[in-house]
Amino acid sequence: MRHIISILVENESGALSRIAGLFSARGYNIESLTVAPTDDTSLSRMTIVTKGTDEIIEQITKQLNKLVDVVRLVDLTESLHIEREMMLTKVTAMGGMREEIKRLVDIFRGHIIDVTETSYVIELTGDGDKLDAFIKAIGGKSIIEVVRSGVTGIARGEKALKV
Amino acid sequence: MELSGGEIIVESLKCEGVEYLFGYPGGAVLHIYDALYQQKDIQHVLVRHEQGATHAADGYARATGKPGVVLVTSGPGATNAVTGIATAHLDSIPMVVLTGQVPRAFIGSDAFQEVDAVGITRPCVKHNFLVSSIEELAPTIKKAFYVASSGRPGPVVVDIPKDVTAPNIKIPFEYPESVDLRSYNPVLKGHPGQIRKAVDLLVSAKRPMIYTGGGVVISDAAEELTEITRTLGYPITNTLMGLGAYPGTDSQFIGMLGMHGTYEANMAMHECDVLFAVGARFDDRVTGDVEKFCPGAKIIHVDVDPASISKNVKVHIPIVGDVKIVLHEILDTLRQSNQRPDNPSIETWWARIRKWQADDCLSYDRASKLIKPQQVIESLWEVTGGDAYVTSDVGQHQMWAAQFYKFDKPRRWINSGGLGTMGFGLPAALGVQLAHPDAQVACITGEASILMCIQELSTCLQYDTPIKVINLNNRYMGMVRQWQEFQYDGRYSHSYVDAIPDFVKLTESFGHVGMLIEKPADVEPALKEAFALRDKLVFMDFVTDQTENVYPMIEAGKGHHEMRLAPARELA
Repeated sequence: MRHIISILVENESGALSRIAGLFSARGYNIESLTVAPTDDTSLSRMTIVTKGTDEIIEQITKQLNKLVDVVRLVDLTESLHIEREMMLTKVTAMGGMREEIKRLVDIFRGHIIDVTETSYVIELTGDGDKLDAFIKAIGGKSIIEVVRSGVTGIARGEKALKV
Repeated sequence: MELSGGEIIVESLKCEGVEYLFGYPGGAVLHIYDALYQQKDIQHVLVRHEQGATHAADGYARATGKPGVVLVTSGPGATNAVTGIATAHLDSIPMVVLTGQVPRAFIGSDAFQEVDAVGITRPCVKHNFLVSSIEELAPTIKKAFYVASSGRPGPVVVDIPKDVTAPNIKIPFEYPESVDLRSYNPVLKGHPGQIRKAVDLLVSAKRPMIYTGGGVVISDAAEELTEITRTLGYPITNTLMGLGAYPGTDSQFIGMLGMHGTYEANMAMHECDVLFAVGARFDDRVTGDVEKFCPGAKIIHVDVDPASISKNVKVHIPIVGDVKIVLHEILDTLRQSNQRPDNPSIETWWARIRKWQADDCLSYDRASKLIKPQQVIESLWEVTGGDAYVTSDVGQHQMWAAQFYKFDKPRRWINSGGLGTMGFGLPAALGVQLAHPDAQVACITGEASILMCIQELSTCLQYDTPIKVINLNNRYMGMVRQWQEFQYDGRYSHSYVDAIPDFVKLTESFGHVGMLIEKPADVEPALKEAFALRDKLVFMDFVTDQTENVYPMIEAGKGHHEMRLAPARELA
């Protein structure tokens, strides 16, 4: 099953390679990984999307917790949560297509953030399925480039991953 | 007091109570070596290869419980240390390894003797640090010792750029009294609810088994384990790493378990209904095929490392905590409750076990005209009164040592169980002998393993360590040969060691005493003679039966009840 694991790590050089190294050394799968400092600059927050049986996910969380740099972690998929991913898409936009693409962007509640005579860059945020649906809707032919941030997430309600 | 980086390192080690520093100098650590030269509290032990430094520190740590400390230079100094670091990592041995690094300004430039030591060692350490300023030195060393020796212990590498240790830059020195690591808080006390459940299950057992590993030794919990085992009256088996945590000569001890464990221990594992696993990690060499592992058992597992629990085998009552503390808690709960074991069932169970024991699975041909390796170990046990510190290398000799030297005390059996590092035995014995100068120290090895770190014979002379090396010389990499005999129809691909040196001459050239023993009748007198030479290292080259195999054996994919027994036994 797909799991989203959120991790607070010491904001120190090498912390990312310890975590990435753990996944490769033990043969765990990483679907996406995002990382950035938090409001507390001594901490970074990492979100890892992984897949595995319950036993493997249990081992992943235990092995991550064992790393000295890992301060706290939570498997977001164990309870209600929100996940978001940001995607920037560069598309060919010429002639009659320009209006049509703009309408599609509006339907998906995205923004056009760069415009040239022949192209748009579209910013879109949502869960993975929504982003996939947008790509499908816009059609492969007009896409020049796609970049996705990887999933980040947070628990619903008052629960928080904090020190 | 203002000190340079080099001096801060030395002073910090003193504050940690370090007696011995195992190392080898080189460019990046010369400032540190200069600071070492100007003091007398820490004795530096100059090895002949950095691998030897790590194994010697490891042996010291296993024999004392204190962290072993290593100092090596950058580049090849660090890479040579990696095998020893990984060895300590797999067996959870506390060790602090200081590696020199090129000056900060050169890092990343492919400078002379530069290697990313933090990167290379990351997968085989408990933690590692790159020190980026002189101010960080003392706090980092404090953290390194704390992390290495607390929780589930392990090696910690501290990589120190040369310019951080320069003699002309000095800062006030104060060694921190404590460490605060918000991200690292090992759980030591067991959960009371889990402990109650464990006690209930333990006393309800009809066919119980106690299975314990290196965690009992590391946690210094041999006394508690012995008390609990005697209170319950249950059979106990130890893993390779756990030998000595329960007296090997006691009647409740039914031998080591696993791939080369006894028939009775493995059969009892297979048929038990309650398994009490303590400080053991269900290693593949112990479990055999996990699908066939203890099929009818409810399992209690005590371990300080939550990641060890339910990793290979799903357990029913996990208890995270320090083994010593948890065993205390279990003993207290047991005493306070009125519950007692089901003695009639336990007696029936013992009767079944005694039947398996009567098969005498470790028997060998005592009338052989060739020296049987088992005979050498049995004689060694007698000659040393069962009280020696015994290190070993890796292979058949290691298994025979584990089967035939009955360890009654913890920290006496010192071997590379997890990583299986050939070359471990001699340098480890060096560390053990330095820790216990008056103790009898034997290194059980084979002619293949010993050559992997033979250079340390030179170190042994320099530091007067009167180790007795027991070389079981069968002119084969015995365990490789055994697998090739069983699984490759006797195609002995490159397991024969051609051009073996004359070990007597070799030893003598290193300034020690060499002995060649070729007849069974000479084994015991030779051992007596060697151990009588109390101040000499004696290398005893025993020419043994080339075809002897280690039995019993659980081959790959087999369960505990599917052991291969010695051929003579199977006919009987």
